Amino acid sequence: MSANEVTATPPRPPLGRRLATFLYRRPRLQVGLLLAGPMGWLVIAYLGSLAVLFLAAFWRLDPFTAQVVHQLSFDNFRTLWESHVYRRIATRTVGIAAAVTITDAILAFPIAYYMARIATPRVRGLLLVAILMPLWSSYLVKVYAWRTMLQEGGLVNWALSPLGLKGPGFGVVATWLVFSYLWLPFMILPVYAGLERIPSSLIEASSDLGAKAGRTFRGVVLPLAFPAVVAGSIFTFSLTLGDYITPQLVSNTQFIGNVVYDNVGVANNLPFAAAFALVPVAVMIGYLLGARRLGAFDSL
Amino acid sequence: MVESPLTRIALRVATALTLAFIYLPLLVIALYAFNDSRTQAWPIHGLTLRWFSKALDNQGARDALLTSLKAGLGATLLALLLGSLAAFAVQRYRFFGRETVSFLVILPIALPGIVTGMALNATFRTVFEPFGLGLGLFTVIVGHATFCIVVVYNNVVARLRRLSRSIEEASMDLGADTWQTFRYVTLPSIRTALFAGALLAFALSFDEIIVTTFTAGAQQTLPIWIFTNLSRPNQLPIVNVVAVLVVLLSAIPVYVAQRLTTEAAVAAPGAAAAGARQ
Repeated sequence: MSANEVTATPPRPPLGRRLATFLYRRPRLQVGLLLAGPMGWLVIAYLGSLAVLFLAAFWRLDPFTAQVVHQLSFDNFRTLWESHVYRRIATRTVGIAAAVTITDAILAFPIAYYMARIATPRVRGLLLVAILMPLWSSYLVKVYAWRTMLQEGGLVNWALSPLGLKGPGFGVVATWLVFSYLWLPFMILPVYAGLERIPSSLIEASSDLGAKAGRTFRGVVLPLAFPAVVAGSIFTFSLTLGDYITPQLVSNTQFIGNVVYDNVGVANNLPFAAAFALVPVAVMIGYLLGARRLGAFDSL
Repeated sequence: MVESPLTRIALRVATALTLAFIYLPLLVIALYAFNDSRTQAWPIHGLTLRWFSKALDNQGARDALLTSLKAGLGATLLALLLGSLAAFAVQRYRFFGRETVSFLVILPIALPGIVTGMALNATFRTVFEPFGLGLGLFTVIVGHATFCIVVVYNNVVARLRRLSRSIEEASMDLGADTWQTFRYVTLPSIRTALFAGALLAFALSFDEIIVTTFTAGAQQTLPIWIFTNLSRPNQLPIVNVVAVLVVLLSAIPVYVAQRLTTEAAVAAPGAAAAGARQ
């Protein structure tokens, strides 16, 4: 190293390093850069789209030209409220969502209890994976499988025939069955998590104080697990409310989703579709507010 | 333990029955893929492999598979980028509206798929179409990425929460700059979380049908191909084979993702709400 180089001014650090220093001193800029992409997309594009959809619910379709009239009115909501058919479809949809939720809560409890309190850690891990895999995958295939099983010469009728019974065929019962099947894993996981959090000492204390198993279950386990059931019911409820594929494949019955879909795709009446789509959204908002009061969000 | 032996046996039986209930329909479809007969009657009388080669030769199914793979990969990459950026911002900084970010990320999967689908459809048609970008693969990718962000976000947030900041500070103290610290310290520690998030995003995208219906235009992904072919009885044997493929390609990534992470991020679907989707 020559003396000449030592006395020279130190070389400027490379660009990357200077940029790193520049950013390091400006944490706000860092957050801004990190959030620009994801929030730019979610706020401007996604929330923006939702806002337009919400607005569209107050537009209407001109009956003669079939063009959307960009004029705010409550016409769509009046049609919804006054029409006997749409009221029944809305009630039916909420009703089946409630039925599915109750069914799943009952079906989920034993397996969740087994996982949380009886299974060895190894078995518990295996069961968790076994329930997670169908939760995240193959929605359509599962509906299709039930369609095959429920049809005239299908597995359900075959299995029931020795008993002299017949399967439900396609219809509302089939829809209820398939929905309950589809969303069951969504109920099992929160209930399992809720049951696992109950300290064993509470259950032991209850039996030390003389309560029999049934009493302990009703008086200790059930109240403590209830918020978790409500947490699970958010999924079973909301997923049922918006679905149109399942009713289309295993019944001829119309649910909110079917009416919305037909109005977008076939009738090209976006304003009416948007107005009807607000019904499940409103029901869900009410449901979420109620669930929060019951402490369901602490169980998620 | 308080449970009586009888209760334990009953619970064990109930668990076995529930698992059988969950897996029976998937097994039935897998069996039908080998069904010798063209009709979908039960019981099955003979087994064959010929539908697999028929499915391989089916141009429509092959195109749909390719579209699904492209859409899945595109959506996964986009979700990986946006999801981890949001996760870093929320986990590493305090700023106004921080709580809102988690809510916004979850929203696309918490709202019914048909609402997200309609909203995106209307926007794509009014904003993208004037630029000559009609509904197609690109809009499917963008639509899928919107609801896939949450799975990447959840996985990365969960990992960052456990990751001690001090190892990054140590790296900086030893003279590494921001980029070097990220490359040699942070990235290796969150790698499996990123991978698990990516796998889940891919599974979610590969399986999605409702948002896809609204954003695909003339493009057919595998679920849409299945859906349109359900009404054609002579296509059903091939549909069965494709259905098995969809199950495998969406369930295996979930299995691997679950093995990769110990965090609850996989277990809590969308952390507060889901739709797988839907």
